[in-house]
Amino acid sequence: MTTITSPAPASGAAEAKSAAGRAPLRRGLLRWLFVAPALAYMALFFGYPLVRNIVMSFQHYTPKTYFTGEAPFNGLDNWRAVFANELFTDALWHTALFTVGSLLGQFTIGLTLAVFFSRRFRLSGFVRAVLLLPWLVPMVVSAVVWRRILDQDHGMLNTALHAVGLVPQDGVPWLSSPGVALLSAVLVNIWIGIPFNMVILYGGLQEIPRELYEAASLDGSGPWRTFRSITLPMLRPVITVVLVLGFMSTVKILDLILALTSGGPADSTQTLGTVTYQLSFLQLDFGQGAVVGNVLILISAVFAVLYLRANRADFGKGK
Amino acid sequence: MPFLGRSRTGRGRVPAFAVTLACVIVAPGLAGCAAEPDPGTVTVLNSATDTAEHTANQRFFDRCGKPLGLRVEQISVPADQIASKALRMASSDSLTDILELDGSELPQFAQTEGLRPLDAVGVDTSGLSASAKSLGSYDGTQYGIARSVNSLALIYNTELLKDAGIAPPTTWKELRAAARKLTAGDTYGMAFSASPNADGVYQFLPFFWSAGGDEAEIDSGKGEAALQLWKDLVADGSASRSVVNWNQQDVNDQFVAGRAAMMINGPWQVPVLSAQKNVDWAVASIPVPEAGKPAVPPIGGTVMAVPKNDDDPAREKNAGKVLNCLNSEKNQLQWGESVNNVPTRATAAQAYAKQNPKLAAFAELVTTARSRTAKVGTGWPVVGDALAGAFQSVLTGRTSPEQALHRAQQQASAGK
Repeated sequence: MTTITSPAPASGAAEAKSAAGRAPLRRGLLRWLFVAPALAYMALFFGYPLVRNIVMSFQHYTPKTYFTGEAPFNGLDNWRAVFANELFTDALWHTALFTVGSLLGQFTIGLTLAVFFSRRFRLSGFVRAVLLLPWLVPMVVSAVVWRRILDQDHGMLNTALHAVGLVPQDGVPWLSSPGVALLSAVLVNIWIGIPFNMVILYGGLQEIPRELYEAASLDGSGPWRTFRSITLPMLRPVITVVLVLGFMSTVKILDLILALTSGGPADSTQTLGTVTYQLSFLQLDFGQGAVVGNVLILISAVFAVLYLRANRADFGKGK
Repeated sequence: MPFLGRSRTGRGRVPAFAVTLACVIVAPGLAGCAAEPDPGTVTVLNSATDTAEHTANQRFFDRCGKPLGLRVEQISVPADQIASKALRMASSDSLTDILELDGSELPQFAQTEGLRPLDAVGVDTSGLSASAKSLGSYDGTQYGIARSVNSLALIYNTELLKDAGIAPPTTWKELRAAARKLTAGDTYGMAFSASPNADGVYQFLPFFWSAGGDEAEIDSGKGEAALQLWKDLVADGSASRSVVNWNQQDVNDQFVAGRAAMMINGPWQVPVLSAQKNVDWAVASIPVPEAGKPAVPPIGGTVMAVPKNDDDPAREKNAGKVLNCLNSEKNQLQWGESVNNVPTRATAAQAYAKQNPKLAAFAELVTTARSRTAKVGTGWPVVGDALAGAFQSVLTGRTSPEQALHRAQQQASAGK
């Protein structure tokens, strides 16, 4: 932008003035030009599918549509059918329980481990690396392995618990009882989610200046007081990120449940994710599948907005 | 983008590279983006992702294609992705010349009117067993032809039964007694799949149907006995409570590990069973509610259909010729033996039973087997889900058989 900084000759003052008026316009255009590819990308790969999904939820969209291209609009029929479906209401509850349970478990255990490992001791790096393993294993593989571990008759967990006298001969019906299966799924998902929480929170802990802790210990504050008054507040932005990202990936859970229980027994582990899958890809009713998908998007959107607001509040305080 | 039109003949107007690039960048799934088909080839979409199966398939395709001057190309995707892949291909007008679907998916594709009736492309379906015919038909029209079919039978551990001094059970009463007697230590008397998906539903049907159950009228009261039997087997401790999680593969694993003396399973497990040395096994018909009544197992397998191709009818005819050859008596018999399934031509099935005495029970069962979609057609996926919900809630003690079937009927009619 040399035009702005170069001194204008006195005789051409008017001309320079109009050039100066044009410059911000050009700058604005240029800015948009840089933003344009990103916008086009977003519109194409996020906006278009989103709009299509919303439109689809008002259409009678079946296999025939793929051959003829015709998808007649049917008003609120899909929405009514989905909301009248008991499975959907159940799945809504299961998804809520699954998400809240998973996040609570992942976060508390992840935070505990992060705090534990932020102290330096021998083998700390090695053990931390080992704890990362669940993160590296593909979700479906984890689920299949856990399915064996949780088998009621021959699973390792029951055998081990029985050996130490914690459970009777019968064992716990981890995956074969509707009352326990959702809890089992939550436990497995907690196991999968701990590394992510631990790593991010550990990173956050490293950012907290040591001096604060020194000052606190000089003031004579105990470990719990230090944790509450220094660690937690300083960690707040990181905690928001971990929880929101965790929420987004947990609420749409599908592969874990499909491989672990297929939604059973007796639909006790059906979530919004599995119901969408069932409606769209097994019953091939894409319209009703889209409805459930839209509900999922809506729930995620609400939390995304909350997240953005929380972040803005942080920026406002100059953090 | 006019050059991306639906024309299959508009080749050469735009350099192929540019079209490909445009397709990759802007229009995945848009019409006309598929590769131009070669007139000398016939393309097949199937689920032969397993190398051995893929190769075996190709051998038969080559054998049939060569004399016709045709090359056959397979596109193989996992079985559970066939339907969605085929739909995506249909929307871009690039569907293969032959589409191999699971029999239970055929009605939904036939209903789209995107399939050509087989007699219109000269495929001969006479001489097929009645059950095989019904597997490939929708609304009275034959859209698909199965080279071979399978069903379910009772596979038992010969040694354990001999030791216990019992013959393979033929009735439900005998089954319950035998299962109880065979349960000892780590071994359950009986194993079956009651998973809440296609596997479990497939295994429930022979019991449901043999009891007189009706998938079009689930709560007619006749199917309750089947639910009660399953419930009893688990309540007796003769079958593991984990059956609600086991798919057919898990059931076979349990059997091979010696943890089940009898199991319900299909002939596709035969290669695994034959390859192991620990357990001697034999096949018997599925027990029926009362002696003398015929077993009514479901018929399963894939059917080959010919998608409509109005731009190029010659391709449909080629596909028809290949199908005719694949379904000659000789080819069916050899194919059936290579995949342990029963050929669908009655004469080939007889020869198969003679040559494979160990699997003769399957060959016999197939003649009385029933197609899942014959009665409810495109409604099958919803009905299947409803049935799965019924046996799962009974096995986990949530509801009585009567309530479960009542609820299943409500679900099935709501989903229509």
